[in-house]
Amino acid sequence: MLSVPCPWCGPRDETEFKYGGQAHVAYPSDPAALSDAEWASYLFLRDNPKGWFAERWFHSAGCRRWFDVVRHTVTYEFAPGVTP
Amino acid sequence: MADPRRSPLAHLAEPLAATGIMRELPYLSSFEVRGDPAEPAMARLGAALFPGPLLAASWPTAGHAAGTGPRYALWCGPGWYLLVDEPGSALAEAMADDLPGVSAVDVSAGRTVVELSGPHAREVLAHGCALDLHPRVFGPGSCARTNLAKAQVILHQTASTTYRVFVGASFADYLARWLLDAAVEYIRGEPVDQ
Repeated sequence: MLSVPCPWCGPRDETEFKYGGQAHVAYPSDPAALSDAEWASYLFLRDNPKGWFAERWFHSAGCRRWFDVVRHTVTYEFAPGVTP
Repeated sequence: MADPRRSPLAHLAEPLAATGIMRELPYLSSFEVRGDPAEPAMARLGAALFPGPLLAASWPTAGHAAGTGPRYALWCGPGWYLLVDEPGSALAEAMADDLPGVSAVDVSAGRTVVELSGPHAREVLAHGCALDLHPRVFGPGSCARTNLAKAQVILHQTASTTYRVFVGASFADYLARWLLDAAVEYIRGEPVDQ
């Protein structure tokens, strides 16, 4: 069980959260101009690093806010300094 | 005329009472209020709801309740509060003013409250709640939206050994039966059939 550091509620059990995937995936500025491959890449392709990974979490059972954290995908350690 | 209402846990009143730990507090008034506490409208609403010297601190900080007595506000999230008062209170009248930037919705019928009190209340809750409920961390005046068993609840500690559990009406039967089961080991004598 992960203890996810919610920036509003403090550390809570993973079961209170929904996982939101990779953070900082920007919506294309002109989606209509993208080729199918580029659109599919935006929709489906995500980084899969071994190491530190910025990701989104949603505190669904608590304050119901989205926030970003940086987590290590090997040690499951959360980096300090979460950003709302 | 008799009260035609039927509370979500009316059918479990007897086994709840038999535990000596739990009872339902039905029909409490509650409003969900959203707004930035720094906004003047929120400050005005806070002052109208909680008249007195607590003017600046009328809206609670993270993880806490504000206000004493029957009327209080619970912190649910940033800019998100649950106002609670006795059944049939005049909460709605305080909201009647024009309050730009503030949203207030009557959710009284959405939830019911199970109150646990006594020396074993904390242990019963701890059977199904992942929060640290030790008084050092979670004392009187603390509140949290969290999971209890598999139900989403708002937990509020009103006194040193008294807790209120706000639970959705449709989850109340499940949660009350789970609590009755969790409380079995703290009850003297045989549990009452549910």
